Amino acid sequence: MAKLKSASELKKYRQDILAGRDPDRPCVTICLGTGCLACGGEQVHQAFIDEIARQGLEDRVDVRRTGCHGFCERGPLVVVFPREICYLKVTAADVPEIVAETLVHDRIVERLVYRGDDGKKVVHENQIPFYRHQSRVILGANRLIDPNRIEDYIALGGYSALAKSLFVMTPEEVLDEVKRSGLRGRGGAGFPTGKKWETTRDAHGETKYVVVNADEGDPGAYMNRSVLEGNPHSVIEGLIIGAYAIGARHGYVYVRQEYPLAVANLTVALEQARDLGLLGDNILGSDFCFDVAIHRGAGAFVSGESSALMAAIEGRVGEPRPKYVRTAVSGLWGKPTNLNNVETWANVPAIINRGAAWFGSIGTAGSKGTKIFSLVGKVRNTGLVEVPMGTTLRQIIYDIGGGISSGKEFKAVQTGGPSGGCLPAEHLDLPVDFEALDRAGSMMGSGGMIVMDADTCMVDTARYFIQFLSEESCGKCVPCREGLKRMLRILTGICAGRGRPGDIELLEELGEVMSEASLCALGTTAANPLLSTLRYFRGEYEAHIKEKRCPAGACKELIRYYIVPEKCQACLICARSCPAAAISGEKGQVHVIDQSKCTKCGVCLEVCPPRFAAVAKFSGKPVPAPVAAGTRIQGRK
Amino acid sequence: METIQLEIDGKKVEAERGTTLLQAARKAGVEIPTLCHDDRLAPFGACRLCLVEIDRGGRKRLVASCAYEVEDGLVVKTVTEKIVRIRRMIVELLLAEATTGPLEVLAGKYGLKGSRFKGDEPACFLCGLCVRYCAEVKKKDITCFIGRGIGREVAFPSDLARSACPLCRECLPLCPSGAWYSLYLKGYEGMPEETGPRQGA
Ligand SMILES: Cc1cc2nc3c(=O)[nH]c(=O)nc-3n(C[C@H](O)[C@H](O)[C@H](O)COP(=O)(O)O)c2cc1C
Ligand code: SF4
Ligand code: SF4
Ligand code: SF4
Ligand code: FES
Ligand code: FES
Repeated sequence: MAKLKSASELKKYRQDILAGRDPDRPCVTICLGTGCLACGGEQVHQAFIDEIARQGLEDRVDVRRTGCHGFCERGPLVVVFPREICYLKVTAADVPEIVAETLVHDRIVERLVYRGDDGKKVVHENQIPFYRHQSRVILGANRLIDPNRIEDYIALGGYSALAKSLFVMTPEEVLDEVKRSGLRGRGGAGFPTGKKWETTRDAHGETKYVVVNADEGDPGAYMNRSVLEGNPHSVIEGLIIGAYAIGARHGYVYVRQEYPLAVANLTVALEQARDLGLLGDNILGSDFCFDVAIHRGAGAFVSGESSALMAAIEGRVGEPRPKYVRTAVSGLWGKPTNLNNVETWANVPAIINRGAAWFGSIGTAGSKGTKIFSLVGKVRNTGLVEVPMGTTLRQIIYDIGGGISSGKEFKAVQTGGPSGGCLPAEHLDLPVDFEALDRAGSMMGSGGMIVMDADTCMVDTARYFIQFLSEESCGKCVPCREGLKRMLRILTGICAGRGRPGDIELLEELGEVMSEASLCALGTTAANPLLSTLRYFRGEYEAHIKEKRCPAGACKELIRYYIVPEKCQACLICARSCPAAAISGEKGQVHVIDQSKCTKCGVCLEVCPPRFAAVAKFSGKPVPAPVAAGTRIQGRK
Repeated sequence: METIQLEIDGKKVEAERGTTLLQAARKAGVEIPTLCHDDRLAPFGACRLCLVEIDRGGRKRLVASCAYEVEDGLVVKTVTEKIVRIRRMIVELLLAEATTGPLEVLAGKYGLKGSRFKGDEPACFLCGLCVRYCAEVKKKDITCFIGRGIGREVAFPSDLARSACPLCRECLPLCPSGAWYSLYLKGYEGMPEETGPRQGA
């Protein structure tokens, strides 16, 4: 392919792509994002290729691989165009039927479409409630694009924002547009993006760098991964535009080692952009020259911190250093360096194409645009969710997420990644934006959202996140390392029934010092999981410490299983299922749990038939003494 | 060198641009506690004992004085209620790791009679003085950090020690936790007395 040498050549190239496409021609798209790959997407893809060949339809039907659609829980996802019929949980065995019915006869395979609670079927992807309540500015294109084909991106208008920036706007105008849009960083701190760009642009020196932060180390988070895997050009285009505005000639994408598909798709995308003259010297025939290298990180959580990330790119140990000069002024090799998150960069082309006013019309007063969340935990529809800033937690969890999966009561939602906070039901109507989450004692972070139900213990939740952070901190500075170590020990003790009066106060003291004195933002936010659960669920801490009771019945050391003699029907089911052989009993004899053998696995409670409901969980009170042997006769009712 | 003016604990102080708040304070006779600082080494910012409060146009912030460079007109406080609370907690946390002379002096200064945290084996403070001295002054890079988070440790790999360490012993007196001497000896375990690390010590 010859390089494109002007904006009009790009336009012509796009028109040729579109002219070669028949909008009525059937096209099967198969999601091959990480989620769908994990549940057999590749086999489904192969099955389509084989079946289409077998039926001799190659000339009439296209097959396209795409990135993540977001509804990974129901994957592998298949969408058949032009009618956009969406099939969920497709297996290779379903493929011949889809080909015969939908591709040949244009009929719907009813059993594979979405079915709501009310039994109503939904055929079109964007009509499924999970999608209907979203605004997918960033993620929306994933379903239309094969990430390995730049033509697909260009067909959708890709790189037109770059052409507009280079030929219609000055760098100052691009900067001004981004500033006026109100875009704020999606990597955690929510720093105004335009302002950061300006700092790097105005900093001394000829050499400047722009960097994409794709470290994404939060457990369970995969929004950056899905954008990079599914639509790498949107990030690259944003980065080139940023480089133009800032005056940088070199860029880096720092991506974690654990994202091989993202690295692969990004590598292909960069090559294709170079081949078309969209990267490299004299981009689109202009004076502007810029290129990008990929840096594969070791994938530590703390490496995502800006000074640690830059140290790692320079080839030094990826740990934070005391930086009182911002990396925007002195970053990579001491040169001004602008670092933004994947999602921040991906917003840029849309802002340039549609304008600051359009972007500013979405969201709240202080937080503009949409935000992607990874919605996980005890919610029915898990997946990637993109909504306008200001959408309430309730809308996200109930309208999109479909409510609590266990049917139990909602207890809390953890937002902001490991150093975020837990918000209780009273905050369900909180409009999600940077300020509101901060005020409530949590944070936006990079967009993690974990829903918890009544069975989740909040002390144990705090312990879990503190443990994660204690292993993922770099361990350099005393407040963070020693503070986390002590916090973890105290919390582990409380969960195990060894909590003592004064523990809560000591935890609070530690939390304050960590927040005030740590070297980097990992340490200054590390106490959040503790402080936010203390703020909203202090009673649970007190119950663990004073009554040795876990109100959620989750902390193993604080619970006992007990078979209620009056209810036990001596059916032997629990005794046979107990993996610890802790239940003694025979036909006609009330069953009894030997507390010294019981490992608290909970199997007996699960298997005891609901009509008997003879197994009870105790916490905070002793289990009654077992019925004396010899008097355990159970007359069946 | 350009000289600038700032205020530390109410005193007008002159300092050269590019120097740190800690240097300026010491020159002015204001003592700031430190554990991981050494004039010969680049600022590390790990112990956080040297935190001070800076005030720039009413916006107050805590910064590590060993790493923060002086600025014209900066107002600095080296002791506030909050700073004392932080230093006391840092000392208390470290007391649970090892009790040594320098730390006891600090404990006495901040009114600590012991630590509420239970110690295990005496442990290193991870101040990095041994590691950084070896790398920055001796250019040897023998001593190193391994692991991260609460699993971080200092290592003195025997093979490297025997092949590359000049036995200068200059790192020995730097250690505030007392952990370095035994790590050092362990690195030479089994070495003949005449050539070993104790010789001439
Ligand atoms: C411990 C730690 C981990 C971080 N991890 C990430 C990350 O994985 N991705 C990211 O974009 N930002 C991460 N950040 C935030 C970055 O330091 C930085 O603020 C961000 O990349 C700036 O981009 P933005 O302005 O577009 O948000 C992390 C910060 C800390 C303190
Ligand atoms: S706050 Fe934690 S992660 Fe940051 S430098 Fe200190 S020890 Fe390392
Ligand atoms: S909780 Fe598990 S180990 Fe204990 S009695 Fe029931 S089945 Fe057995
Ligand atoms: S061994 Fe001593 S000098 Fe070395 S890091 Fe530990 S406390 Fe510091
Ligand atoms: S990976 Fe297929 S929908 Fe997410
Ligand atoms: S002396 Fe400044 S942080 Fe240790």
